[in-house]
Amino acid sequence: MKKILKSTFAIVALFAALTSCNNSGKSSNSGALSSNNAEKVYIAPGEHDSHYAFISGGYSGNLTVYGLPSGRMFKEIPVFSQFPTNGYGYSEETKPMLETSFGFVPWDDSHHPDISQTKGKLDGRWVFINGNNTPRIARISLTTFETEEIIEVPNSAGNHSSSFITENTEYVVAGTRFSVPIPQSDMSIKDYKGNFKGALSFISVDPEHGHMDIKFQVLMPGFNYDLSHPGRGKSHGWFFFTTYNTEEANSLLEVNASQNDKDFIAAINWKKIEEYVNNGGGKMMPASYAHNIYNDDTHTATSTLKKEVRVVNPSDVPGAVYLIPTPKSPHGCDVDPSGEYIVGNGKLSANLTVHSFTKMLDAIKNEKFAGEAYGIPILNFEDVLAGSVEQPGLGPLHTEFDGKGNAYTTFFISSEVVKWKLGTWEVIDRKPTYYSVGHLTIPGGNSAEPFGKYMFAMNKITKDRYLPTGPEMEHSAQLYDISGDKMELLLDFPTHGEPHYAAAIPAEIIKNNSRKIFKLSENQHPHKALSDADTKVVRDGKNVHVYMTMIRSHFSPDNIEGIKVGDNVFFHITNLEQDFDVPHGFAMIGARNAELLIAPGQTKTLTWKPERVGVWPFYCTDFCSALHQEMQGYVRVSPASSNIELAWSLGE
Amino acid sequence: MKTTLKILTTLLIVLLISCGGKEEKKKAGFSYDKKETTETKAAPKAEKTPPSKRVDLSNKGVGPITSLELPAEIDQNMVTHGADVYKKMCTACHRADKKFIGPAPTGILERRSPEWVMNMILNPEQMVKEDPLAKDLLMEFNGAPMANQHLTKEEARAVLEYFRTLK
Repeated sequence: MKKILKSTFAIVALFAALTSCNNSGKSSNSGALSSNNAEKVYIAPGEHDSHYAFISGGYSGNLTVYGLPSGRMFKEIPVFSQFPTNGYGYSEETKPMLETSFGFVPWDDSHHPDISQTKGKLDGRWVFINGNNTPRIARISLTTFETEEIIEVPNSAGNHSSSFITENTEYVVAGTRFSVPIPQSDMSIKDYKGNFKGALSFISVDPEHGHMDIKFQVLMPGFNYDLSHPGRGKSHGWFFFTTYNTEEANSLLEVNASQNDKDFIAAINWKKIEEYVNNGGGKMMPASYAHNIYNDDTHTATSTLKKEVRVVNPSDVPGAVYLIPTPKSPHGCDVDPSGEYIVGNGKLSANLTVHSFTKMLDAIKNEKFAGEAYGIPILNFEDVLAGSVEQPGLGPLHTEFDGKGNAYTTFFISSEVVKWKLGTWEVIDRKPTYYSVGHLTIPGGNSAEPFGKYMFAMNKITKDRYLPTGPEMEHSAQLYDISGDKMELLLDFPTHGEPHYAAAIPAEIIKNNSRKIFKLSENQHPHKALSDADTKVVRDGKNVHVYMTMIRSHFSPDNIEGIKVGDNVFFHITNLEQDFDVPHGFAMIGARNAELLIAPGQTKTLTWKPERVGVWPFYCTDFCSALHQEMQGYVRVSPASSNIELAWSLGE
Repeated sequence: MKTTLKILTTLLIVLLISCGGKEEKKKAGFSYDKKETTETKAAPKAEKTPPSKRVDLSNKGVGPITSLELPAEIDQNMVTHGADVYKKMCTACHRADKKFIGPAPTGILERRSPEWVMNMILNPEQMVKEDPLAKDLLMEFNGAPMANQHLTKEEARAVLEYFRTLK
């Protein structure tokens, strides 16, 4: 009876709602403007977003892939952190990716993704990202969307002014935030001043394969090198780094590093240093750093420990390094698409400082110096200044450009994005962010040709933006339409980890290159099994190698006997599928690592150390077909003293 | 509750005894269930030919191959190539002369048109949706889908030539 009453009521209510709709036409709560905005971010089911955004995962150590304008997350790419979801950093093939000179480091703090460029334009081949904590740079393929290479950066500590690339991807650049003794030594922290140094590393990128190699490190004075950006167009060949703590304080930096009225932007003529190095300049110093490369054919990574690095003392290369005074602990160091303007986002300054590259060259030519620091000439602030944006907001951090003569700067303290005009320095618009914005991204915003349709702000504080999830929450981001004079807030979406920076790109540049499968015929894994005939189990002392295949919906072999307690069992599993989106998983009871998620045509290895006698199951974790629940097998584990022979089978 | 248990136990014991009468080995299994299905359901089906044994030479299937004339002579080079492709891409689920995950290819051209075989290799997703015979086969083989291994037309043709030698 109750039910009947309820449904009658529901029908009446629905009817009422429908008729009232007919009468009023539009819902009174949402105005025409916001429904228009909803349309702008609505991607109909089955349709694709127009842009990819690669958003740093911050303390997750990873990189996330989003679609714009929908704000939907498509993938988390493991980079510096172990990822049990697919076995990255757990499988034998990928463990070498996380090797460092400190040993296996399963985590990092990823910060600034940057997409490779050709002639100043995004070419969509790779995205680079830095590991801040144990200094590393990673290169991620934009065909497989997997981490292909990680190089450790020696002499660096707090790899923060990284990983920004030059306009033809000649170099990916990594600057140290913390200065340290170089070489490291057992000395009093109080002796910091004058003794510590900051290494700025120029890592060459092979134009064909993308392989990275540290070409040279410039050993700069012991400041903190906060952020950096390449020159482009007319300033191509130069690189600019913001500095703070030019006081060289070693304690209570909150106070002690905020004393100087101006810190510096360091301008590095890398072409000049490259030439010097090519002629034998600089010196090799002992170092220890890991270089890890993943190979798509062997599906395996290798780690090599390198033993020396070339360092350059800036005062040995006259005309290569200058310091540009910039007010109050500048954070972001951003170069406009033409390469003329260098924005120093003085985070404690009332005004936003913009330097002129042309004026800088003139001042250098005229040798008009205000002084020197450790042999490096300091230019006059006024000589290089292009202009200031007067009191645009509180706490400027980062600036991006739309390619139409406008710049967009984030203000952390006043929680807003301010749009201003290059050259006239007038403020055009301001919009609030929610809350305390850090970086912002415009697709191609760090290139000669930005795609100025969208801008999104990545915030540090979420508070009430979403349904509460306890004390810890994801951060919030806001997407704005910047195609008109005024910015328009379109969408609010959560991001994973702490998204420091993001790189975004029109989807058509990369989507057609995205790989669907790995070809079995190209599989060169040493333990592959390319057909049922290749499957076997081989004992080598206590090591037992299982050459296994998987296809919908069985493992071959799926019955294994003759394994003993104390063995090291290596499951080398090849996915024989050659169709798009048919990965299979592998999970072994009691395995103290993770699962494997194996893409079509790929081989991966999981190590299992059986500790208990019995018959133990394994199964596929990725629902693969109507018979997925049947995709399972058993391993018989006998006592160490047993003399049961190895045996394996399928369907017998 | 107790009485239900008792009844169930008695039933089970009776069943076990009745089964055990024939052969000792069967004691461990659930032959009771199997018997039930064969008696009630399989009986009418037994007269029907299973889809895998059905002969349907006029059906060309659905897919890129609409017409294929096989020359009288078997091309041995193609057979060698086809045997190699078959071994690499097909043996995970097919055995030449016995039912495995999927049906056995031996004698396939006595039951199927060459076009149908090629389309099943090249276009399995659409085949199991639209071709009546492929649909029936999917059911006969427990819903195990024919995987699309993305063979080229040339590779599929070579596999077909290899199948001609399996008799």
